[in-house]
Amino acid sequence: MELSILLPFIVNVIIGGLVLGFVYAIIALGYTMVYGVLQLINFAHSEVFITGAVVGFEVFRILQDSAMNGYLKLLIALLAAMAVSGLLNVLIERLAYRPLRGSPRLVPLITAIGVSLILQDTLRFLEGLQGRFDLTYTLPAGFGDKFCAAESTCAPVGNFLRTIGVDVQLKDVILVVVALVSLGALNYVVNRTRLGKAIRAVSQDRVTAGLMGIDSNLMISATFLIGGALGGVSGVLFGLKFGTINAYSGFDPGIIAFTAAVLGGIGSIPGAVLGGLLLGVIQNLIGVTNIFGNLLGLANLGTIDASYSKIGPFIVLVLILIFKPTGLLGKSNVEKV
Amino acid sequence: MTVASPVKPAVRRPLVKPDRTIWLVLFFIVTSVLLLISHETDIMRNLGPLGDVLRNKVVEALVVSLFLANVLFAYLWKAANWAKLLVGIGSLLFVLPLAGQADTSLLDLSIQIMIFAALALGLNIVVGLAGLLDLGYVAFFAVGAYTWSIFASPRFGEVLKYYGENSGTTGSGTLAIGLVLAAVTAGSMIYIRGLHGRVAPTRLSNLSFLLAGFGLLSGIILIGRSILVLFSGSADAVASGINPGFFWLFLALSVMTAALVGVLIGLPVLKLKGDYLAIITLGLGEVIRVLANNLGLYTAGSQGITPIGTASVPWFNSLVGALGFRPDQYYLMFLYVLVLIVIAVILLVNVRLDNSRIGRAWIAIRDDEIAAQAMGVPLMQTKLIAFATGASFAGVMGMIFAAKQTFISPESFNLLQSITVLSMVVLGGMGSFSGVILGAAVVTLLNLRILPGLGEASANVSWIPQEVNPANFNRFIFGSILVAMMLLRPEGLLPNKRRTRELHHEDDQEDESVDGNASGLNAGGDVYSAGLATTKEDDKTGGDR
Repeated sequence: MELSILLPFIVNVIIGGLVLGFVYAIIALGYTMVYGVLQLINFAHSEVFITGAVVGFEVFRILQDSAMNGYLKLLIALLAAMAVSGLLNVLIERLAYRPLRGSPRLVPLITAIGVSLILQDTLRFLEGLQGRFDLTYTLPAGFGDKFCAAESTCAPVGNFLRTIGVDVQLKDVILVVVALVSLGALNYVVNRTRLGKAIRAVSQDRVTAGLMGIDSNLMISATFLIGGALGGVSGVLFGLKFGTINAYSGFDPGIIAFTAAVLGGIGSIPGAVLGGLLLGVIQNLIGVTNIFGNLLGLANLGTIDASYSKIGPFIVLVLILIFKPTGLLGKSNVEKV
Repeated sequence: MTVASPVKPAVRRPLVKPDRTIWLVLFFIVTSVLLLISHETDIMRNLGPLGDVLRNKVVEALVVSLFLANVLFAYLWKAANWAKLLVGIGSLLFVLPLAGQADTSLLDLSIQIMIFAALALGLNIVVGLAGLLDLGYVAFFAVGAYTWSIFASPRFGEVLKYYGENSGTTGSGTLAIGLVLAAVTAGSMIYIRGLHGRVAPTRLSNLSFLLAGFGLLSGIILIGRSILVLFSGSADAVASGINPGFFWLFLALSVMTAALVGVLIGLPVLKLKGDYLAIITLGLGEVIRVLANNLGLYTAGSQGITPIGTASVPWFNSLVGALGFRPDQYYLMFLYVLVLIVIAVILLVNVRLDNSRIGRAWIAIRDDEIAAQAMGVPLMQTKLIAFATGASFAGVMGMIFAAKQTFISPESFNLLQSITVLSMVVLGGMGSFSGVILGAAVVTLLNLRILPGLGEASANVSWIPQEVNPANFNRFIFGSILVAMMLLRPEGLLPNKRRTRELHHEDDQEDESVDGNASGLNAGGDVYSAGLATTKEDDKTGGDR
């Protein structure tokens, strides 16, 4: 096989994986932050995230005919999704998790699964009332075009990218920019503000933090708010990337994002981002294993196709948990009695 | 609180339960008559408007539920033993089959309930007793189902035909190589294991053990392949599946395969702590489903396997034939009785296990893993036994499920099924056998009768939009069951005594704690465990060393 075709192909698969990985990274942050403060896998986060996607869809649908600038529409969608998902997450914590603090660990975990199921059907029902099931994003004009197409002002950049074989759409670039901005904002909040300091204190030791005058319940709510808002952002980005979503489609990316959080080291924010990016690339690579095989002239790998890319993350998860349970960037912890 | 004066335990006067023998018998008679009438079309026609009410799907579901409540009341109420026996045996062995004669869907429903009861009992061992949250439990059900389905359907002939056409260089020589390889590697594995009992394992010996394991695996694959090739000539003979007489052999095989898969899945993941385990088992459940979808040669992929055979027992057929059953009802009746026997065995195994050393070890692990380990409970071994036992129940019921449905596809084994079984366990009460069976009955009735009944009823009402159709709300309902039970009554409907005390022990201790921070003291105990008990500690605690 000619290297000149294979190389751009691999590059594009990896770039696609990175774009996907940014979505996973933002979802993973929601899991990892909640796990950090409560040691709970928030199964409902995948629905919080898909709620954001649905809100984004509604905003784009309502603003469909307005002459508003596409970026402004996106901003409105993002803000609305952040608000709804964040408040939803806070509400879930207040109603379902807080009464269960201090009970055996299995109890809040099962509750989280239940909340996730309830939200799935509620979302489906709400959209079903208007006769919809699959929600297809109506993107503002130009979002689906190639990045820096020939006639635009930044054509030289686009031309350069195309000569080296990189093929991205405008929405991919927007996605990465939005993701980076939210990561920056999160980093600022967690590491540079009093709120962030308090959240970190609570996640290290809730009791001692309480003794220092930190209202741990308030901080946990704040964590859920931030995690939910990030979920809302990732929902809109997910819708942007895949175009069509439904009430049940949060599950797969949710699991992958959780795997990403574990891969990076659960509780670690840079770890979640690293894990998300890695898993995005891994998933994309598994998806095209068959094409690789064909391109390299190997035997037909036939049965390894995109459906296996669903289970790839699980295999990764099993391997990490067996060999490096603390994840790539997590710190090791000795269990206390 | 002073330490010296122990708090006087609240004296709970044993409630004198009123004897309800008469009520029980009355209830039995009334519900039996209702059930029998509502399934006799001749009588119903003469009843006029009352018949219409009884024919209503929702009312019918209610009648069935009330009838099944008989068995529950016989278990719960204080009554004379003869009455309990009469109600139990009478309803399960006489009234239900009799009503099922008129309406086979009733038999189908009862089989379904018992299949799910067995699944719930199996999951109860894993979740309720051993405290390991398994979200991929339905995978074992799938393993049992496919074990029988592949052989008892035209699939087997096609597999043989495929190997006959693609035999390559495989032949009796391959069989010999495979046998030698398997024997040598198995021998060395046993030898190394024996050695490990005496001297501390080294990295090298562990590595060679692993290597021998791979050798054994490849030996088994070689043996399997060569056997398939050698027998490919008889592909036509099994064109519609193997002889149904093998059913009994496969009943044992499905138990063993599922248990083996349980051990194989458990080995890598059981070192993980609660929530990690949950997500990993969820993933492995999905892996099995995806494999079933993709291994088209063996499982027919998403099309599913059909028709799947059932054993036929001539003397049983003539027996039920003499009782007035039609020949097309024989196999359902057969499966009904079989399921009754299997669930009785499973229940017996459960009760015996609960009172055994293993059962106590499970509960110890659930309550405090580290303390249990310190008391000499071998963690890995005990957890593996829990996994394998739970899996074997699912395996045998999976096979019966396949035989009953005569059709299975990967979609029968999705995540929602695992969650359904989990909600049965949670609803009934984790760790409580009677509760779990009740949970299975309630959820299955909801799923198969009440929700579809309500859906049908609401379909005729114009002001209810079609999207509100209750039949589509099973996720919502299971989710609500899980959340509501966890918030309001975590010990379940029919709680296990020990479990209740465990779940409510904070009530006694934390009266003075103010809402917020103090409750953190409890959760603080296992803050930030990275999901893995250390391997070294585990190795030192073998019970048999």
